[in-house]
Amino acid sequence: MKFFDFPLFPETASTLAREVDAVYFFALSVSAFFSLLIALFIFIFFVKYRRQRTAEIGVPIHGSTTLEIVWSLIPLVITMVLFAWGAKVFLHALTPPPDAREYFATGKQWMWKIQHPEGQREINQLHVPVGEPIKLTLTSEDVIHSFYIPAFRVKHDVLPGRYTTVWFEATRTGTYHLFCAEYCGTEHSKMIGTVTVMEPDDYETWLAGGPAKSPVASGAELFVKYACNTCHMEAGSGRGPLLHGIYGQPVTLAGGQQVVRDDNYLRESILRSGAKVVAGYQPLMPVFQGQISEEGVMHLIAYIKSLTGDESPGAAGGGAGAADGTGG
Amino acid sequence: MQATASAATPEAVRPPRHHYLNVDYGLRSWLLTTDHKRIGILYLLSITFFFAVGGIYATLIRLELLTPQGDLVSSDTYNRLFTMHGVMMIFFFLVPSIPAVLGNFLIPLMIGAKDVAFPKLNLASWYMYMIGAGLTMYSLLHGGVDTGWTFYTPFSSSYSNSFVAATALGIFVNGFSSIFTGLNFLVTIHRMRAPGMTWFRLPLFIWSHYATSLIMVLGTPVLAITLVLLFLERVFQIGFFDPALGGDPVLFQHFFWFYSHPAVYIMILPSLGVISEIVAAFARKPIFGYKFVALASMGIAILGFLVWGHHLFLSSQSAYAALVFSVLTMLIAVPSAIKVFNWMATLYRGSIEYSTPMFYALGFIGLFTIGGLTGLMLGTLGIDVHVHDTYFVVAHFHYIMVGGALMGYLGGLHYWWPKITGRLYSGFWSHLSALLVFLGFNLTFFPQFILGYLGMPRRYHVYPPEFQVLHVLSTAGASILAVGYLLPMVYFIWSLKYGDYAGRNPWGAVGLEWQATSPPALHNFEEIPVVDFEPYQYKGAPVAQRLPYRIAKYGA
Ligand SMILES: [Cu+2]
Ligand SMILES: [Cu+2]
Repeated sequence: MKFFDFPLFPETASTLAREVDAVYFFALSVSAFFSLLIALFIFIFFVKYRRQRTAEIGVPIHGSTTLEIVWSLIPLVITMVLFAWGAKVFLHALTPPPDAREYFATGKQWMWKIQHPEGQREINQLHVPVGEPIKLTLTSEDVIHSFYIPAFRVKHDVLPGRYTTVWFEATRTGTYHLFCAEYCGTEHSKMIGTVTVMEPDDYETWLAGGPAKSPVASGAELFVKYACNTCHMEAGSGRGPLLHGIYGQPVTLAGGQQVVRDDNYLRESILRSGAKVVAGYQPLMPVFQGQISEEGVMHLIAYIKSLTGDESPGAAGGGAGAADGTGG
Repeated sequence: MQATASAATPEAVRPPRHHYLNVDYGLRSWLLTTDHKRIGILYLLSITFFFAVGGIYATLIRLELLTPQGDLVSSDTYNRLFTMHGVMMIFFFLVPSIPAVLGNFLIPLMIGAKDVAFPKLNLASWYMYMIGAGLTMYSLLHGGVDTGWTFYTPFSSSYSNSFVAATALGIFVNGFSSIFTGLNFLVTIHRMRAPGMTWFRLPLFIWSHYATSLIMVLGTPVLAITLVLLFLERVFQIGFFDPALGGDPVLFQHFFWFYSHPAVYIMILPSLGVISEIVAAFARKPIFGYKFVALASMGIAILGFLVWGHHLFLSSQSAYAALVFSVLTMLIAVPSAIKVFNWMATLYRGSIEYSTPMFYALGFIGLFTIGGLTGLMLGTLGIDVHVHDTYFVVAHFHYIMVGGALMGYLGGLHYWWPKITGRLYSGFWSHLSALLVFLGFNLTFFPQFILGYLGMPRRYHVYPPEFQVLHVLSTAGASILAVGYLLPMVYFIWSLKYGDYAGRNPWGAVGLEWQATSPPALHNFEEIPVVDFEPYQYKGAPVAQRLPYRIAKYGA
């Protein structure tokens, strides 16, 4: 590698990257403008008003309220523009499109374990098709990590005990860095990997390369293995709420509180069922914390999401306006 | 004091027969002193030592990062290096630096008091500092901590195999030194001002210390509570933060930053005060918009308590919370900009002297501006998604805390050194140090902004090879910076024996501290001064009487 052969700006390989760069360039030009302006004035004053005689004093000017108002309002207006623009990009980055392909990623000291919607598993590797929105549901098996792909300008902390998400739509094929950005112990700097963006056809070929069982199929097996079906199915005893079509729906809890049954709610209810019991049911379900792996929980949730059709009785009377829960 | 200065020393600049340094020479007289000036000196010596310790860690970090591979130390060692660097520099150098050294020495002198309100509490604060530092040094000598100075849970509470509990205890104890100092300053500024010293006649150094003291008193207890909870979880497995024990890891981050964001202002506000003093003194002019600058300090202190969540944009905090914290963070741009624009306007039609403190102040304004503007970028949600936890953050906070706080401290030390010691230091070497610090600093940290936007995460022991050139530049800059820091240690010590006498007012500045002798007498003033002039009132003040002597010796 020649000395001058090094990058000064990251690759731009996702739809979000362009949006982030646009705000950044705006902030950068405003900053450069004001830094140079201040430096210029200081330089001129410094040269022009150099002390001429040892006993000389400066002209006693005490201030100007007009100027104070002007140089308070200018930064205020500029920063509000910056805030609004940045907020728009951020909200976009936080909201995966509904048609995104859903991947799972688990962080642990010190590796990334990723599973595709079709079931393929990878470690420290992520293969994705170009031009399609990809959503990753993230969790950690131990400490806090952070899932970061600089070329896509996406990052989110990965926490033990709850789900977070990132999404992106790659715009260029190639290989890119995947980093852990939150310090997580000894091998933190080796908790890295590669993201390979492929043409959709190549991706299909790649997918066909290995045998795989889809997360929904694995979830269905676990559902029987842990005997969930004995309580949560029509054919069961009816001791637990039915699960068809409940995903994303609001429900009333025993305490009268309303929650939306999202990923984090389902995760908590599987692992510590007593935390949020649906109104009308007894807290009979065993605690599965420490018995099902993070991957297993994700599979069960995938299976529950796949159950569509009948409204379950437990979801009746759901209201609107429940906040996006991040419990756990 | 022996007469080592040249025989031609005019009688008027000779130090007084009795001053605070020669009233007593024994070790007891130092270790049991309640004189605010001597306590300032005790702090000066101790924080210089811990700055050197933190600097050794920084040197090892920069050497390791010369190559992409981990070839100098192991990953475990590297993690301890950056943690101990942060812990030493933040808790044992930057937080006490200006308040405990210059604030202690100068606040009573500037408001015309004999001492601070609670002299014994002042001494107790130094002992708390030393005990806290001792506990931290104990953990350091047994291998140190590897959690990062931010101690994020559950890594720190359940996973780390290092001396977390001892270090947390050390920082906990050290917190009391901050609280004692802050409390002392608040009461002193309220109760002990000389006759005629109204609130709006106070030097801006005092205003900024008033704002700093508020944060110290209100913020530090939150850090103390957080560290106690961390200690309980780590030692007794009581679940506050670790989800495996039923806790919430993000709760720790809220608690931690509730103190640690305002703590940034504990570090930077005092240096804003120092810069106002220097700019006024070397432009021989009142500060433009004095009241706005004074109240901006208070505004920064209050707003500083409302923005901690900008460290948690990507921690699974709700999007609404992120929006509120982002907009509040933006508001801090206003009081910060008021400061910078007013310093700039103060230079207009001034009588500007090219002296070392002024060069440090100019360097400060440049670096603080860059640090502040990049802070706005980090507060912008859409940009933070990309640069959070990268070298962009590392560069930003070094611009504020090293380019800002440390430049301010060094500028202040150069400005008041003649008052503290009664001696002048070399003009040439001190100009050179200001230049080297400024150039070395920029070469060290500017490449890190580029590294950060490229996506290099912070706290990485090994890194992809395409980042190497920028790291090499950064290390080269750090070696220049190191020379810039070592120079003052040499010529300051040299000045103690060989420097010429300074006289009461070597810069020709106004302000009560320049009416006292250099070094000041045990009780500061021959008689309590009466203040019948406005702050920085150069018109009509006998300012330049001692200057021809200093200028003949050292050049303008
Ligand atoms: Cu990690
Ligand atoms: Cu902050």
